[in-house]
Amino acid sequence: MAEREYAYYAGCSQEGTAKEYDTSLRLVLKTLGVSIKEPDDWSCCGSTPAHTVDHVFAAALAARNLAIVEKMDMPSLITPCPSCLAVLKKAHLGMVQDESFKNEVNDLLDEPYGGGVITKSVLQIIYEDVGLEALAEKVTHTLPDLRVAPYYGCILTRPPEIAQFDDPENPISMDRVISAVGVEVCDFAFKVECCGAAFGVPKREMVNKLTYKVLSMAQDCGANCVAVACPLCQQNLDLRQGQVNSTMGSSFNIPILYFSQIMGLAYGYSPKELAMDKLIVSADRLIRSRLPVEEFRKAQEAEVKKKKPKTEKAGTKEKTTTEETE
Amino acid sequence: MRVGVFICHCGNNIAGTVDVKKVAEETRRLPGVVYATDYMYTCSEPGQDEIKETIKKESLDRVVVASCSPRMHELTFRRTVEKGGLNRYFLEMANIREHISWVGEDKELNTNKAIEAVRIAVAKVMRNKPLYSKSFKVNKRVLIIGGGVAGMQAALDCADGNLEVLLVEKSPSVGGMMARLDKTFPTIDCSICILGPKMVDVAQHEKIKLYAYSEIEEIKGYVGNYQIKIRKKATYVDWSKCTGCGECMEKCPTKNAYDHFNFGVAPTRAINIPFPQAIPKKAKIDPKYCRQFLKGKCGVCAKICPTGAINYEMQDEIVTEEVGAIIVASGYGLIDLNRLPEYGGGRYPDVITGIQYERLLNASGPTSGHILRPSDKTEPKTVVFVSCAGSRDKSIGIPYCSNFCCMYIAKQAILTKDHIPDSRSYVFYIDIRSPGKGYDEFVRRAQEDYGVNYIRGRVSKIYPKGNKMVVRGADTLLGTQVEIEADLVVLATAVTAAPGAAELAEKLHISYDTFGFYVESHPKLRPVETNTSGVFLAGAAQGPKDIPASVCQGSAAASKVLALFSRDTLESDPAIAQVNTNACVGCLKCVETCPFGAIKEKELRDGRVVADVIETVCAGCGICTSTCPCGAIQLQHFTDNQLLAEVNTLCQS
Repeated sequence: MAEREYAYYAGCSQEGTAKEYDTSLRLVLKTLGVSIKEPDDWSCCGSTPAHTVDHVFAAALAARNLAIVEKMDMPSLITPCPSCLAVLKKAHLGMVQDESFKNEVNDLLDEPYGGGVITKSVLQIIYEDVGLEALAEKVTHTLPDLRVAPYYGCILTRPPEIAQFDDPENPISMDRVISAVGVEVCDFAFKVECCGAAFGVPKREMVNKLTYKVLSMAQDCGANCVAVACPLCQQNLDLRQGQVNSTMGSSFNIPILYFSQIMGLAYGYSPKELAMDKLIVSADRLIRSRLPVEEFRKAQEAEVKKKKPKTEKAGTKEKTTTEETE
Repeated sequence: MRVGVFICHCGNNIAGTVDVKKVAEETRRLPGVVYATDYMYTCSEPGQDEIKETIKKESLDRVVVASCSPRMHELTFRRTVEKGGLNRYFLEMANIREHISWVGEDKELNTNKAIEAVRIAVAKVMRNKPLYSKSFKVNKRVLIIGGGVAGMQAALDCADGNLEVLLVEKSPSVGGMMARLDKTFPTIDCSICILGPKMVDVAQHEKIKLYAYSEIEEIKGYVGNYQIKIRKKATYVDWSKCTGCGECMEKCPTKNAYDHFNFGVAPTRAINIPFPQAIPKKAKIDPKYCRQFLKGKCGVCAKICPTGAINYEMQDEIVTEEVGAIIVASGYGLIDLNRLPEYGGGRYPDVITGIQYERLLNASGPTSGHILRPSDKTEPKTVVFVSCAGSRDKSIGIPYCSNFCCMYIAKQAILTKDHIPDSRSYVFYIDIRSPGKGYDEFVRRAQEDYGVNYIRGRVSKIYPKGNKMVVRGADTLLGTQVEIEADLVVLATAVTAAPGAAELAEKLHISYDTFGFYVESHPKLRPVETNTSGVFLAGAAQGPKDIPASVCQGSAAASKVLALFSRDTLESDPAIAQVNTNACVGCLKCVETCPFGAIKEKELRDGRVVADVIETVCAGCGICTSTCPCGAIQLQHFTDNQLLAEVNTLCQS
């Protein structure tokens, strides 16, 4: 496989609350032959607080990092965090499309940003650049018990003019990526619902209500876990699940996994390597049944000999094709 | 040469931002100009009289009118100078309104620009040659494209006016969208009961020749003399033998063909008659689904047909017809649900479109008029209607209102209550648009007598929950978010141009707007004419409109054709290409480039081969002029000398 190389902007959460996202992503990218290079001396992207106060300042925080990446001379920059992604792309597009805005922002920077960095989410390059076929080739293990609700969150594909990726209302990239590694995906209607984002601090009640809706929908559509691509979504759904249960009278016990952790499991990495122990709601019971592909096939054949009905493998396949025809 | 210049104020339209007095003053100094004046409204009767009188008093031999666009009043002033005793081509117009006064605010700059525009016109008019129209015979047959209610109305009116009519319909039956409707607002008339007799009239009228399941392949010619190629698409059933008995449809083993007439509410057979009242009532095979075509064996319909009408080898057939005028009534389309992912994008069987709901309500529809959910065939108790599903939404490129949805939603909500008395209906709306006669009373009836719950706000998302569909939207009057658990959701999907509208416009040489709707000659005063003479518009091809408006336009277009055909001959436009045989080298490049096939080669008596223009076919586009390497072919009224004089004048000023 052709070696791919990208600049990699991890963002602050990857070093803290979303350590497991970063850890699992690095392993998955290695398996897929994607090498990543972190910019030296990267700083805060500005995220949510900055752009609520001052657009020029917010763009400057993001553009400082873009200027560093520009010097690295890489084809594109990838980031796992949708918040970083939105801010980096918004700064880039704003500066490229408006010369006077660009000058204003560059006035605040020691090193000006020239406008030459294409930023994409890690999900996007896995889906578009690596491709589903290549993803499927690397699968070593089957996860028969996993039924995943793919949850994209609000800004991975929106607003469309900034995200420029997938469908803003009904994205399908993560569905297809997870299907490609042989895991069952449910038809989840709340793919882009709001999780409450950073309001977990000032308005906990509201976040509990929103998170409750997302989790109930996941349960209703037959999923037993949720796949995410955003550290903040993961935090709200996982860390606050206990809070939701106590305030809303529910009894959810739904593990919230990063899509990269699911891929890692299918690629044979151990739960420990994928930092599964960082999850608050444990996924152990769902991944205990994981088997190498060969062994799973044998077990199934034995099952078929015993009974006649359709194999579960075939069921999974069928699900995949219906998803694709959508 | 004695040129007279008349500068129009157009009220304040021109005089507001152009110093017309100064323009007249400067114009008087131009060589050749013997008279220049300004006038409040040059196009008014006294304004035109002044031109006529001045021609006599000052012995003018050329006239320039500086006013609006020639598209507005060139014909008016040509007639004026003609009445004044000059050749009508001795007139030039300087467009100082659309090109100058309306677009610039700086009076001084505008005035200078207006002076230049007048100088150019003067330079041109001094080189104008007298031109004379020829008269030619009119073919008094009319082609009508589209057999919906607008096209049928036009066909019947023309035929009653004793014209021969060709009606071309691309689907297997006439009737269009109206034939699919259950009832019509605001009278709750049964749609097919009022349309059916018209359809029969179309079939039986001796003056109407119907080409069903046919499309326009090519259009050549000009007003009065069009040559049309019509593609009769293969139906694989010999319609001269088919009696419409329906035996084949009953026995066809393929039961999953897409039903175009019912918009896919339920599947149909691979060989089918679209609906019981179809005109012509003939069967047709859909080769996309037919086993004979897909697998090469089946042949059930051929065996069963009592008249032996089935012919699997049938090919498309091209027929040539000649007509003198064309009415375009090609109808509209509906937005693809894929473009509305927030409403499920077509993934949820119980989220359907308004036209699909019509078919569910209709007694001859797939459910025999029982409202049943597509998913589980149960009767819905809660129905939510979403208006403006795609309409008035800039984000998907449809900023316009689809015109009739507010009204059909009210109708469908009323009918829902009639069909299922214990049901509840909700309507999400932005504004209620009900300006027609009896329309607002009808909406009030839905709200007050039928208890339909109107919620003012847009729907943001529709998602499944168990076997219900949850409709989430805003209630902007209460200032809150609402969620309604519905059994069935009906989307009033946006009206779009008919599929293929742009291609048809190219064939007709008529213009269409950004959205694909055909552009009328004037939005108020020439609503059914196009800028191509001899081509008229009717119905929703011009923009979304309801049945009464479509019928009005059908009749209006027919009356325009009848007026056009009331004369036996028409005058040709002399502004066409002409070959100077002395200069022509016979390269015949012009023959290749002419899009109308109006140039042919001709051998002179001395054996030289030169180009020759067929006067009646030339449309005066001027492409040949720019192709000719030696300037031998010239477009009359726009010759190289005339145009270069304009350019030189501008460059010298």
